[in-house]
Amino acid sequence: MTTGVLNPSHYPARRAATVVQHYLNTRYGSPYRWIFLSKVHSGSAEDMAEMRKYQLELTMQEMISNVSGQCSAELLFPGGEGQSAPQVQASCEGLLQSNPTAQEEAFYQQHRASNNMVSGSNIPDSYGHMEPSMKPFWHLGGVASSCIMLRESNESTLYNMAQVANFTQLETEKDQLRFNYHVLLHEMISQEIIHWKLLVTWSPEQGVKVLQTELQPKCHDCEAPPNTTN
Amino acid sequence: MKDDLTRQTNRNFIKNSNHQTKMYSLDVHTVCVCQCTVLSGVEETTERNYYSRYHNMSEITAWMEQMKRENPDVVSSMVYGQTYERRNITLLKIGLSSTGRKKAIWMDCGIHAREWIAPAFCQYFVKEILRTYKTDTKVNEMMKNLDFYITPVLNIDGYIYSWHNESTRLWRKSRSPGTGGCTCYGTDLNRNFYANWGMVGVSTDCCNLFYCGTKALSESEARAVTDMLGKMSEDILAFLTIHSYGQQLLVPYGHPNISAPNHDELMEVGLGAAMAIMAVNGMDYTVGTSPDILYPFSGSSQDFARLIGIPLSFTFELRDKGEHGFELPEDQIQPTCEEAYAGAHHIITYAHDKAFYSYAATVTATLWTTLLAAWVSSAILL
Repeated sequence: MTTGVLNPSHYPARRAATVVQHYLNTRYGSPYRWIFLSKVHSGSAEDMAEMRKYQLELTMQEMISNVSGQCSAELLFPGGEGQSAPQVQASCEGLLQSNPTAQEEAFYQQHRASNNMVSGSNIPDSYGHMEPSMKPFWHLGGVASSCIMLRESNESTLYNMAQVANFTQLETEKDQLRFNYHVLLHEMISQEIIHWKLLVTWSPEQGVKVLQTELQPKCHDCEAPPNTTN
Repeated sequence: MKDDLTRQTNRNFIKNSNHQTKMYSLDVHTVCVCQCTVLSGVEETTERNYYSRYHNMSEITAWMEQMKRENPDVVSSMVYGQTYERRNITLLKIGLSSTGRKKAIWMDCGIHAREWIAPAFCQYFVKEILRTYKTDTKVNEMMKNLDFYITPVLNIDGYIYSWHNESTRLWRKSRSPGTGGCTCYGTDLNRNFYANWGMVGVSTDCCNLFYCGTKALSESEARAVTDMLGKMSEDILAFLTIHSYGQQLLVPYGHPNISAPNHDELMEVGLGAAMAIMAVNGMDYTVGTSPDILYPFSGSSQDFARLIGIPLSFTFELRDKGEHGFELPEDQIQPTCEEAYAGAHHIITYAHDKAFYSYAATVTATLWTTLLAAWVSSAILL
């Protein structure tokens, strides 16, 4: 394990910085706010009792408004046995506004009345394409996935959401939009595609909450060859 | 094939439903009949649209034939092996013909099936050198002195499988079956080369994404590349293997305890390539060994190339950094290929100039030294 000053372009800093990205999305993400790591400026790591502590200076970018901001973050990766999530603290300048935007409000009102339940699949599709109307649901899936990605992260992982396999809107409850999501996560260090089913709620006031998560078993039977006679 | 055309038709219709669609036919032999769409009131050429889309294996095969047909003086093809499912592995050999033996540049794309931007880049690269070699003096010079050996899709079985439907899109490995009671499919071709095979960053479980095979070169695709490189190794100046995603340029070796003898040179050239890439669209690509910037692994084609003496061996990990990952939107194909081309061009130019200019420089220096010595000795005599 690397200790001391970290090379910003080497993997320890990059993996830890991605964990900060997941954290920021769980706290501040929405259908119209999705944060992505832009650059690692500097970092350090140290061994503490049963823990590994990272300090990072980063630039994060909000992908819809294209606004970038400087962030300072501190992470604690728990050592020892048992899988517990890393603890993150981060403060960012000029990036995170607390008030919901007009777009978020309009989106919320549009889908709150349960006349027309929305659903979608393969976002993005094989060609990286998605309908513009699906984009907020893609972001919402990304933010919800960030909860899992944060929880599952350690110093040997690097998670990204590969795709929203499908999602279905459920009845609005207690003023929260509700959705079932099936997401595919890509874990870079193992190169695995990991399937999760999530029950997700969102409102501009409450933000994104993931109420239930269900890891889908890896389907080896799915690998039986189809008749590709090409 | 019809399904693919229908899918393409639907896709273009959905994307551009406000615009007219027109049927174009390149020529009667070309399979890739495209539905060209009118954008912004200006007719996009067939060619410009073509290199901004992903193409299935049939289309790529037809395209290779088209490149040969349209450029018979400079493009030929070679079948140099077979995949597990008995498909021909074909490369395009591109260069101005010469009487003597020529130096070479090797590029392969699509060793991992789901990395669709990689074959798209190989196609773009071919198109670009063919477009510019008559007018760009540097490209022309390199086409005279070098042959480019370009394999647009190496893992053909895997690539075809990834086109089958949405559930197969993220396939990575080859399509050889597991052995010894292990029922999963596929070996990671980039762990199967005879380069510290099986030592680090691999798995012996055939269900694993890093399964390195029953032994080094168990996979026919890896053997094909190995045989070709073995025949040509003295002539190959640079070896480029194209992947996604991550925006990185990897230098050998994947094993953490081994450094390439010319590590400093590789880093310098790599950093120069990253600067060239950034100058195009502002995208930053990180340069380093895989154990430093990604993860350690052995058995890669890049490591094998360096081990047999090819001095400049690079792995390109193209866009993006995880926002879309393997499913990079088609509207990013063009900018990704432009920047990657600039990076590849930097490396190839360095390799070329080192081979064809430094010899001359050495000769010139020796000549001056000799002349100076003669003058000094004659001055003393006088």
